[in-house]
Amino acid sequence: MINRNSGSIVYIQGLSKTYIVNQQEAGATATIKGIFHRNKIEVPAVDDISFSLAPGEIVGFLGPNGAGKTTTLKMLSGLLYPTRGTATVLGHIPWKREKSFLRQITLVMGQRNQLVWDIPPIHSFELNRVIYRIPLDDYQRILKELTELLELGPLLTKPVRNLSLGERMKCEIAAALLHRPQVVFLDEPTIGLDVTMQRRIRAFIAEYNKRFGATVLMTSHYMADVEALCKRVVVIHHGHLLFDGELALLLQKFTSHKTIVIQLGECQVDLTTYGEVLSCEDGRYTLRVPKAETARITERLLADLPVVDLLVEDPPIEEVIDRAFTEWNP
Amino acid sequence: MKYLFRLYIQQFKTTFASMFQYRASLVIWMIGQVLEPLVYLIVWSTVSNGNGGSIGSYTTGAFASYFIVLMLVNQFTYTWVMFDYEYRIREGLLSFALLRPVHPIHSDVADNIMSKAITLPILMVIAIILALVFHATLAVTPLIIILFIPGLLLAFTIRFLLEWTLAQAAFWTTRVSAINQIYFFLLLFLSGQIAPLTILPHAIQIAAKILPFYWTIGFPTELLLGKITTSAALVGIGVQVVWLIACIILVRLVWRLGVRVYSAVGQ
Repeated sequence: MINRNSGSIVYIQGLSKTYIVNQQEAGATATIKGIFHRNKIEVPAVDDISFSLAPGEIVGFLGPNGAGKTTTLKMLSGLLYPTRGTATVLGHIPWKREKSFLRQITLVMGQRNQLVWDIPPIHSFELNRVIYRIPLDDYQRILKELTELLELGPLLTKPVRNLSLGERMKCEIAAALLHRPQVVFLDEPTIGLDVTMQRRIRAFIAEYNKRFGATVLMTSHYMADVEALCKRVVVIHHGHLLFDGELALLLQKFTSHKTIVIQLGECQVDLTTYGEVLSCEDGRYTLRVPKAETARITERLLADLPVVDLLVEDPPIEEVIDRAFTEWNP
Repeated sequence: MKYLFRLYIQQFKTTFASMFQYRASLVIWMIGQVLEPLVYLIVWSTVSNGNGGSIGSYTTGAFASYFIVLMLVNQFTYTWVMFDYEYRIREGLLSFALLRPVHPIHSDVADNIMSKAITLPILMVIAIILALVFHATLAVTPLIIILFIPGLLLAFTIRFLLEWTLAQAAFWTTRVSAINQIYFFLLLFLSGQIAPLTILPHAIQIAAKILPFYWTIGFPTELLLGKITTSAALVGIGVQVVWLIACIILVRLVWRLGVRVYSAVGQ
């Protein structure tokens, strides 16, 4: 194991997590029965997944809600014991929660807050400085860098409760990175944020990764995040690992169709023989065609019709991923 | 040690800043802390006056002294961690605490010390005013002080560890408020908060002294009032030390088990 493990920052082998959940049916009788006898069922959240991360990699961790992403991140950051399997992060077994391990990692949860609510974030930062034993010089330098990169200036002295969601998220991220963790787990870091803020956080993650060589594993429902940051993605669904490889490869694998947009004079022409007509506006048709036949159909369209303009596009990445989830049913 | 010292200083600053964010609620909370013993004081003074000026060994003036000292002792040993824990688990704050390379109990200890440093001086002033109004008397000797200080510090530590342990119940159940209610009812009755133990039935006195409650409030209160002989005081401090050791073992054990449950189930 040590040999295989060498060189990877995060190494996961056969990791599984099964939750035991009390099940209760509706109705009074079931409720009373439930007092004396609980129906316990096993819910597999993560089932036998294996992958590893190389130093300095940013990997997107994708899957629909309930796929087991957060459970995996929690196991990797030491908050959960696995039911089976092993994992090492920076050579440590995460759920032992050794202090030397905790000082080198961070987990940012987009829907949770670690900042003290009633007071300005700078207090929480100062507290983290002491907790993580960050030397004062380093702290001041890192804080200055983070303040510049995330534009925190005026936010540092406002009570957290008065910050907007996006402002708070920026402060959360800063608080989580003050100790310059080598491994960064991000669980939906851009959730609920507007496009501008998403873009800023995205740029920041890229910059942090570049500047400090940190290894990043992130989940996001915004494909723009994944496209901008992650060359490689790991996809899980119902707890199973479905895909591990380059994002481009995933898209290729699940892009079975392309869209052809053509500009004609009007919307009266019947184009159903060429492909599925998705829409037409002012003579601008959008057709969905099988990927393999794109070239042939394009040729036919140009030959048969007075085409003013033609555009061949890949479907939006969201659509591809969505298809991947629905089609893949192990 | 140096690390913990720095950590405590920083947590003091954080607590200090937090407390002054809500000045109004701080005042309201302090009024509550004063009102409860004040109500008992008035009830027992009235009963005592109707009973010819005393009940058991307590004269009307002695009741006043008792409840005023009790108010201060209770304030010194009080914690709110039992009310806080369920919220921490539900809101994921505990996850953040577990991600940090330091035991979460430290921030609670520091938080308690700081908030007491802020509230106690104000409560002292209120106590002096009440003492004047109700003609309470207090005859303190150096010996009493020497016994009272360890008695009070042990009372705080025992109560803190006990309540921190009970707060861990939140790892197992989402109905922590029921446990809290039972605990605070027993505390009210058996710690001497509702009445001095010596005027309660003998069986209750015995139960109170076997259980930890009396040692967290009633004992230091009676110590300062000079109600306890020196030898009984030393025995009492001995009992407190035993409880302290028991609580240290308990808190570590329950914390370890609780974290195991939390790590198995997740939130």
